[in-house]
Amino acid sequence: MFAFIVRRLSAMVFVLTSISILVFFIFFATPGVDPAARIAGRNADQQTLMQVRHSFELDKPLPFRYISMMRHLFVDRDLTSYVNRGAKVIPQLSQAIPATMSLVIGAAVLWLLAGIFFGIMAASSKKRWIDPTISFLGIVGISLPVYWLGEVVNLITQSKLHTSAFRWVPPLGYVGISDNPWQWFLHLLFPWLTLAVLYAGIYVRVLRNEIMVVMGEDYIKTERAKGASEKRILYKHATRMSLMTIVSLFGLDFGALVGGYALLTEVVFGIQGVGKLTFDSLQNFDLPVIMATVMYSAFFVVFMNAVVDVLYAVLDPRVRRV
Amino acid sequence: MALKDSSEAIFSESPGKIALRILRKDKRSIISLSILGVIVFLSFMAPVFSHFIADTNPFESTLNATINVHGVETAVLQPSTTGLGLGVTPIGPTWNIRSYFLGADGQGRDVMARLLYGGRSTLIIGTTAGLLCIFFSLLIGIVAGYRRGWIDAVLSRILDIIWAFPVYLLAISLSVVLLTSGLTIGFIHLGPGSFALPILIIGVVYIPYVARPIRAQVLALREREFVRAAVGSGAKHSTIIFREILPNVMPSVIVFIPIIVSLSMLTESALSFLSIGVQPPAASWGTIINDGLALLYTRPIVGLAPGLMIVFTAAALNLYGDAVRDALDPKTRARGD
Repeated sequence: MFAFIVRRLSAMVFVLTSISILVFFIFFATPGVDPAARIAGRNADQQTLMQVRHSFELDKPLPFRYISMMRHLFVDRDLTSYVNRGAKVIPQLSQAIPATMSLVIGAAVLWLLAGIFFGIMAASSKKRWIDPTISFLGIVGISLPVYWLGEVVNLITQSKLHTSAFRWVPPLGYVGISDNPWQWFLHLLFPWLTLAVLYAGIYVRVLRNEIMVVMGEDYIKTERAKGASEKRILYKHATRMSLMTIVSLFGLDFGALVGGYALLTEVVFGIQGVGKLTFDSLQNFDLPVIMATVMYSAFFVVFMNAVVDVLYAVLDPRVRRV
Repeated sequence: MALKDSSEAIFSESPGKIALRILRKDKRSIISLSILGVIVFLSFMAPVFSHFIADTNPFESTLNATINVHGVETAVLQPSTTGLGLGVTPIGPTWNIRSYFLGADGQGRDVMARLLYGGRSTLIIGTTAGLLCIFFSLLIGIVAGYRRGWIDAVLSRILDIIWAFPVYLLAISLSVVLLTSGLTIGFIHLGPGSFALPILIIGVVYIPYVARPIRAQVLALREREFVRAAVGSGAKHSTIIFREILPNVMPSVIVFIPIIVSLSMLTESALSFLSIGVQPPAASWGTIINDGLALLYTRPIVGLAPGLMIVFTAAALNLYGDAVRDALDPKTRARGD
């Protein structure tokens, strides 16, 4: 077990290092791309370009610049933004994290509750119309572009109805939970619902199909033959087995969302989170900020991946040998 | 009776034919294919619509145009009447198919014509990127799973890296870098305006999602008796791959196609919505939703219509995907669903 964890950790370090190099190459070594021209702006003359190259160390060799950036990011922790000279990157990132965490955790609670409830219902209901209806709603859920759904929600809650039925909905934005918990809740309520719709759709579909598959297994037939009640079979055996899939799926989705995957939701609802920060810095070509946010998000994805793998190895000893 | 049984055995259908027969009778596949057919047909009629029916150029701003609505000459862009009275409000839907059926956008362009052209872009990019992704995943999955050894190790590590890179961040990073200057590889130059860039970018980012399960499947197939028998009988690698391995991974590949195409279209529209996909003046459903953002509270239809089109297309693809999956899965068949 210990060897498995060590192996998993070193794989993590490898993947993260590779991602940082990949990002670095995308921005500095893509054929035909001149980062100095991007930083200097559209109509910069030759002299400005030279100056930019010099002050951003773009005239130094690539490996040198990579190591220098990594040292500033991880060792000295004083990496500064290209766009706002002097603004440190790490405080910017740590300011954005609570907003993203609030958005993702709230949405995760909603989609897990909805996904598990409707997933079990679709797989077990005796009424013929329930399964097709829930399956259809699941398909609609996974087919809705989240940014568009967000706009529709804004149209309903922020437009004409804002003076009547939705008067209680605050304007777009984010309020910290320590500043005002009630306003925090109100500001995030619709972003939570919007983000949860997509994932609830995914989880309903996965859970329903998993339960259906498990219900066809031989040991379920054995249980029935032993005279176990349908309820006991459904909850004690089928759902329990299927939840393993949900747990691993949740680990990956949660990691990706915390790491900035909620970008589109953040942009539409004006929440200054990690995704929004990444998007803004991408448009300004602010590489230090991009590097920090991408490393942060990749860390979460890789970390949750590893957690899921280790959990699986704990639950299923066969995996350890792989 | 015995005679009848044996004759049935002789004319037994191949698994593919059985799946097709089930699929043809599946209500979900009939409904979804009809929806997709209508959307594809309308989108590819976009030039016909704008030349012969609406007589408009959907890629040119017409700020001073006027049209005739119920005998009244009306400006396409009207002075704003709400708020401070600044700026202009484009004309709303006329519900007249010949001019501004769905109204105009902020630049006085016919939203209906742009919606159809936008659909063409989204469908072309989504489908091509999806198929490209499937093709490369199949290639990588088979090579890694069949050759094993260091080739598999290298390919798997590369997949791990792309997998850990959040899809949208990777797609956005690549788009931001490439869209300003285009991509030059040797003597091939892909300009910022071409569809090739979004197709390549979207095609690449989903590869791990498909290639990893295919690789795992090939790895398992490699150990099966019939493959070992083929190896033992001295068959060439290409024969083993095409005759033994490929037919056995095809069902899962086919199930992936509608899902990945729908994901690619959603990604394309999201990138275009963030203005790093299809570049103006060209349209895609994503860019139109972006255009509609500024008009959300005055002319919501500009943003609503393309979104609905995306939902219908993606839902039809996913519904079709479900039907295909069930048709190819012997277990559901046995249950008699």
